Amino acid sequence: MSVSSYVFVIVLGAFRILARNSLRAGLTMLGIVVGVGSVITIVSIAQGARFSIQAHVATEGLNIIYILPGAHTLGGVRSGLGSMVTLTMQDAQELKANLPLLLDTCWSRRDPTQVIYGNQNWQTGIFAISPSCLAIKNWSFVGGGPITQTDMDSAATVAVLGQTVVENLFQADEEPTGSTIRIKNVPFRVIGVLAPKGRAPGGYDQDDIIFIPFSTAQRKVQGARAVETIAASTHRREDLPEAAEQIREVLRTRHRLQPEQPDDFVIRTQLEIEKLYEGASKTLTLFLLVVASISLLVGGVGVMNILLVSVTERTREIGVRMAVGAKRRHILIQFLIEAMTLSLVGGVVGIGFGILGARVTTVVAGWPTIISPESILAAFLFSLAIGLFFGLYPANKAARLNPIEALRYE
Amino acid sequence: MAEGPNQSIDHQPSAVRQAHRPELGRGAVSHQPFSDPARAPLIVCKDLSKIYRLGDVEVPALRGVNLEIQRGEFVAVMGPSGSGKSTLMNILGCLDTPTTGSYWLDGREVGREGQDELAEIRNRRIGFVFQNFNLIPRTSALENAQLPLFYRGMPLRNQRAGAAAALARVGLSGREDHYPTQLSGGQQQRVAIARALVSSPSILLADEPTGNLDTESSRGIMEVLQRLNQEDGLTIILVTHETDIAAYASREILMTDGQIVRDRWRVSAHSARASGGVVKP
Repeated sequence: MSVSSYVFVIVLGAFRILARNSLRAGLTMLGIVVGVGSVITIVSIAQGARFSIQAHVATEGLNIIYILPGAHTLGGVRSGLGSMVTLTMQDAQELKANLPLLLDTCWSRRDPTQVIYGNQNWQTGIFAISPSCLAIKNWSFVGGGPITQTDMDSAATVAVLGQTVVENLFQADEEPTGSTIRIKNVPFRVIGVLAPKGRAPGGYDQDDIIFIPFSTAQRKVQGARAVETIAASTHRREDLPEAAEQIREVLRTRHRLQPEQPDDFVIRTQLEIEKLYEGASKTLTLFLLVVASISLLVGGVGVMNILLVSVTERTREIGVRMAVGAKRRHILIQFLIEAMTLSLVGGVVGIGFGILGARVTTVVAGWPTIISPESILAAFLFSLAIGLFFGLYPANKAARLNPIEALRYE
Repeated sequence: MAEGPNQSIDHQPSAVRQAHRPELGRGAVSHQPFSDPARAPLIVCKDLSKIYRLGDVEVPALRGVNLEIQRGEFVAVMGPSGSGKSTLMNILGCLDTPTTGSYWLDGREVGREGQDELAEIRNRRIGFVFQNFNLIPRTSALENAQLPLFYRGMPLRNQRAGAAAALARVGLSGREDHYPTQLSGGQQQRVAIARALVSSPSILLADEPTGNLDTESSRGIMEVLQRLNQEDGLTIILVTHETDIAAYASREILMTDGQIVRDRWRVSAHSARASGGVVKP
């Protein structure tokens, strides 16, 4: 008899024994089912998150460095980030002029404002930008075109709308480009509609946005004056850290900071932002995986427990098998296979529940999830390993029984 | 000493020990009876002892047992409980090894073998029949009977064929798919006999095979065993308390205190049984 048909007979027997005590087997498998199921779901969420971060990074624009106003210390009183106006458009222009690593720079500020079109209104973020911001942040257009340097120079009352704003202000059959919207009572002509970028990993809607020229905001809209953010882009991704350091030196000189004074600005490169996102999702994933592993451990101990019960119940059977010629390894393999069958069935059911859990997460919470074949294979092998590991002790106990005593066992 | 397997009846030693025969145990190769394996005794025990240790106390279960069994014999081992007959059966069945002394089965000393070798010997040369049948529950008669062949690593088809043939020999054709709970006690014991037969063993060891059966079923089982002994020349060693069960055997060994105290052949029983009569010992 070949090894495979030997294993087949044993596996068949194992399934029969499980079916005989299906309630007991089901309860034993519960831990494995929960453990494997949660691992599958968690990994699918984590992979979905990683994928959406990567997708976001691609839409965000490539190789970006953000410069934000920093905390300002005045007479020992430390204000929060952004509390001081420390950045200027000259800063941005100087950076571009002096640093060859940089491809371009731009400046912007954001003011949440009510926008009116006809009898519709919508609250959104108005970004006052220098023209290069659209290119740096990799926006593309579905209608019309971008804000130009001419618009900037003439402080033209023109606006570029994101998809969400369009959906909320315009009817489906209306053409936004060329129409006039009102921002703080100033009429703006719509010159472009942006292609949608979707939600960022943080959950905010990137398309809920209006761009206007920075000069227009300064001169024609109330209250919008100082630069809030400078964005710079580099030619190459690997230049980001060095470019950030050069920017820091330039800005410190321009802001006349003494060596002992802290920076009055904050620099974030895209690499750091990605790491931040990934770090947060990794921490969460790790935590959930620990919880799932505890569940798997408990499941494994359950398998061991039920196998010990089974070995005791079937002592006489083991004695008979030994009497008719089963060697110790035959008994060992039989019980190991029973343990692995138990944990494997639990694992397969768990994989099913895990996939279901991932679907539910996507539908209910709206999080993207990705089920990879690797994670299913890993869950499958892992549940086998649990059966093997936790089956070893009971199987060994069975194999070491003395046949005479086993036959006499009542 | 020189008889064929089925002729031991003609040879009647003086119903006592054969222990003092010089050829037993040693000089086996040089001695004439051993030079032809087919004519050598199937079982030779020389000065077997088994001592169990309970804490600091040594409890002797066997004290110098000498025994020789020819091929084709039907031996009943009798004796009160604690007389050592179970221990002797365990050693003869290669489930246990003697503390001292030696045990030859089919010309091969097996008393000192390791666990795996003993399992191999049990698998190929020994068939067990137990008092409580010891069938594997919720497993069909055929699969129970297949078990020794399964551990021998035989192809599944041959296992099934062998098991079906063995079931036919004990009159259970057509009940291959029955589970133990669907069979009467006597039928279960027949399945157990089929399981013992399936590996074509050198000896069949039956430990109180009728202990859990009514008179009618007991007679059926004993007739099966007797037929296997007489028609197929199967060597059978039977442990029993009951003299009328022992009467089916052609030789009766009485054990007391770990020793054989009587060993005798019974001509009349054998022939009477064969002709269907009932002989009280």
